[in-house]
Amino acid sequence: MSPFLDALLLQAGYNAALVGIGAGLLGFAAGSSGTFLFLRKRALVSDAVAHATLPGVGLAFIVMVALGGDGRSLAGLLIGSAVTAWIGLMLIEWITRRTRLAEDAAIGAVLGVFFGLGIVLLTVIQTMSAGRQAGLEGFLLGSTAGMLFEDAIIIAVGGSVAVFATWLLRRPMTLVAFDPDYAAALGYDVRRIDLMMMGLAMAVTVIGLKLVGLILIVAMLIIPSVTARFWTERAHHVVWIAGGIGGVSGYVGAAISASAPSMPTGPVIVLVAAGAFAISLLFAPVRGVVASLLRHRRFQVRVHRRQGLLALAHQHPIREPFTLRLLAREGLVRADGVATQAGRAQAAKVSRDERRWAIAREIHQDAGLTGRYDGLTPIEEVFTADEIGEFDRRLGAPVGLGGGS
Amino acid sequence: MGTDFVQFSLTPILIGTFAAIACALPGNFLILRRQALIGDAISHVVLPGIVVAFLVTGAVAAIPMLIGAAGAAIVAVILIETVKRLGRIEPGAAMGVVFTTLFAAGVLLLEQTDTSSVHLDVEHALMGNLESLIWFRATGWDSLLDPAALATLPPELGRMAAVCALIVGLMLVFWRWLKIATFDEGFAQALGIPAAGLGFGLVITAAVAAVAAFDAVGSIIVIAMFICPPAAARLMTNRLAAQVWWSVAFATVSAVLGYVLAGYGPLWFGGQNALSAAGMIAAVSGVILGLAVLFGPHRARVGAGRADASG
Amino acid sequence: MTPTPVTIAAEDGQARNPALPTPESALAMRGMTVSYGEKPAVFSVDATFPAGAMSAIIGPNGAGKSTLLKASLGVVPRLSGAVTVFGTPIEKARDRIAYVPQRASVDWDFPTTVIDVVQMGLYRKVGLLGRLSGAAAQQARTCLDRVGMADFADRQIGQLSGGQQQRVFLARALVQDADLYLLDEPFAGVDAATERAIIDVLKLLKSEGKSVVAVHHDLATARGYFDHVFLINVRRIAEGPVETTFTAENLNATYGGRLSATHVDELTLTGGAA
Repeated sequence: MSPFLDALLLQAGYNAALVGIGAGLLGFAAGSSGTFLFLRKRALVSDAVAHATLPGVGLAFIVMVALGGDGRSLAGLLIGSAVTAWIGLMLIEWITRRTRLAEDAAIGAVLGVFFGLGIVLLTVIQTMSAGRQAGLEGFLLGSTAGMLFEDAIIIAVGGSVAVFATWLLRRPMTLVAFDPDYAAALGYDVRRIDLMMMGLAMAVTVIGLKLVGLILIVAMLIIPSVTARFWTERAHHVVWIAGGIGGVSGYVGAAISASAPSMPTGPVIVLVAAGAFAISLLFAPVRGVVASLLRHRRFQVRVHRRQGLLALAHQHPIREPFTLRLLAREGLVRADGVATQAGRAQAAKVSRDERRWAIAREIHQDAGLTGRYDGLTPIEEVFTADEIGEFDRRLGAPVGLGGGS
Repeated sequence: MGTDFVQFSLTPILIGTFAAIACALPGNFLILRRQALIGDAISHVVLPGIVVAFLVTGAVAAIPMLIGAAGAAIVAVILIETVKRLGRIEPGAAMGVVFTTLFAAGVLLLEQTDTSSVHLDVEHALMGNLESLIWFRATGWDSLLDPAALATLPPELGRMAAVCALIVGLMLVFWRWLKIATFDEGFAQALGIPAAGLGFGLVITAAVAAVAAFDAVGSIIVIAMFICPPAAARLMTNRLAAQVWWSVAFATVSAVLGYVLAGYGPLWFGGQNALSAAGMIAAVSGVILGLAVLFGPHRARVGAGRADASG
Repeated sequence: MTPTPVTIAAEDGQARNPALPTPESALAMRGMTVSYGEKPAVFSVDATFPAGAMSAIIGPNGAGKSTLLKASLGVVPRLSGAVTVFGTPIEKARDRIAYVPQRASVDWDFPTTVIDVVQMGLYRKVGLLGRLSGAAAQQARTCLDRVGMADFADRQIGQLSGGQQQRVFLARALVQDADLYLLDEPFAGVDAATERAIIDVLKLLKSEGKSVVAVHHDLATARGYFDHVFLINVRRIAEGPVETTFTAENLNATYGGRLSATHVDELTLTGGAA
């Protein structure tokens, strides 16, 4: 545990500290700027963008070598990747605007074709610099080995700019993600805001290429915001929670990676984020699986219980085995489906409530109240005691079962 | 052109063509169902699949790896569906979460097992090694009639041909069901057609195609094969059957032209080494799609798209 | 005002034994509950639609009309409930049902032609591999002719107007040659000529002894079009012959305050005159 603590406290060496800080910043930037793509239901645009960086990396390398450099300047490679990623984005937009093809097809096409082009260029580079390893394969899966101070600076500056831009554009982006037509009616240029959203994701992708690689940067853009969505119902909170989750995953992931052998940084960061996602999916208080399962189960019980009591009140046989079991467990019916004393009393109450509702719906003919006549809402929740008293006065004295009308 | 072509180009071209067709066929329906990116998800999880297969069997053998990849694809599809339903998350984001996580797990597992031999295969899984699937014992076109030479055909050819035939057969048998369940799922259900099962079956079929194709063309370029030929075909016609034929034609052209350009293109420019055939196939399919977007006779949207379901 | 004009499930004195669906009912449901999330869209609904009649399911927006129809067909899952068609469980009576979904539920950009869509109605009969014979194509054309669309057989479906799309869906149901026709909002967003064409076809079906059940939203035409109405607002409000059931009291109970009193009077009056 102690190497891990060392790494966590930035005591595991210069390079590890650099990677840890860089990964934390990158995680925060990716989480927050990926949020709007997710809210716009376009999470996988980031996948296309990420794959579309590969030919840019290759091209930049070729150009830099042709100009007499050694082709490995990180800034140069990143500029190249940004260029082709942007072209990919424009192509997605162009295909969906110009043709009947849906966005998912455009995303997939750009992703596959650009990646293919990238691979072709990598083979070109292999022939160019025979014997000299370009090391561009590192951009596929990321590598932190030999991360330089300049690299950390690029991540820090770029990440801060991305976070700042996200903060600056949060209102128009929220509007467009929620209701693009309304945003357009307000005079926002929806297309431009969409491009800015995607441009932000692209910027983060480019920044993160070196550290986590082009395939896993997608995870850092998507997973934090999806995870954050479980914990809040408000878009602005999603942005910062996602940033937090991304930042913590990045930092903790880098620390784990630094503290043990054979733990590549990118995958570990993604798996930490995925762990946060799994926990949120299961245990988030309202949207989590456990909470909604419990809620659904309770709901099902309420429906069947009520339906069973209604059947008893109307002296219909109950045929659903689940309803029978439920009522039997509560001692409301016997095993053969005949109502017990308690069951008859409950049924009488249900029956009386139904008649109260009938009166209520005659007196209060407004939609708000009748809309709650859904069979499950207790009448006491909708009307005051004296109002119910009035219904009862109109109904007359309580009657026994079967004496309905 | 005789001996060299049969020896070095015939089998890769055939394998590439079979792979392209096997992917394009289910791709037609994936595109119409707005599920194009399931191909993306499936192809990314091939890597963890083969890594797990290697860990279990301890050997770099084709069949266990194919099984591992297919298993990973099925696990991914089920996980995506689970995350989507349980978490009420839109499909794109659900896919993004699942396949990147599985991919990360695959890379991590790989790093934990220190075998350089597998490492090689992973690069191939991502990028393909179509060029290496040569027919070494062939001496010319007459080898096609020579049982001894035929026995030395690369096993990938038979495997890919079988998968392609299987997918063609499935498409023919389930043609009507697929068509109606894709166009109008509610009506299909009212007819008693198991629409949900059919949708799952389609995704599994796509997974089988992707898995069979990955060792030939690489797992990521499979995505281009799923999407580009059918997408270009969609812009050529307004009839489903015609669309499928177009997609097969485009897939074939991409595979053949892509391989030829990668293999012989550099020679025309004075280069000496061939380029990545799989990458070039994807690039050609992209060019075809680009041309269809510019000039396809039916590129414009005519009908209202699917409106949001209303109660 | 007398205290009990509003009928509640199974308290209206009709002799109905839920255990024995009457054979003369075309479609019968017992204890149907459907929910999207935590609120019932349809709660504990019993319904009986008579054979050989035109029935309407009527209620305000969000009252569960379409949901009831879809749940009975199994297109949306139900929390509880049983459905019979001509006395047999619906799963065993699929061949006797034709369904016309809402127009908006499909992708009209799908690469297919009008005649192709109509032939989809035959897919269950011919199975996966059975040949669609020339006779089948002829049958599809005849049905297109019945809805006045014979000249459009080879059009791409996206090129049709809303009314024409609805007619194609009706033709697809006709080609099924069913005994019970279930239609989800067949008149929603169609032009007047299409509405007349559809209602003529439905009346012809009725005269051939077929049963029709339609989700309907237009109160002004309900009395003129249908014999039997089922009023729903999550719960069953009332059902029965249109003359006795489509009353101001029942409509008020169904729609709450959403219909003004004069509106209701007008409806019943114009309806009565038609």
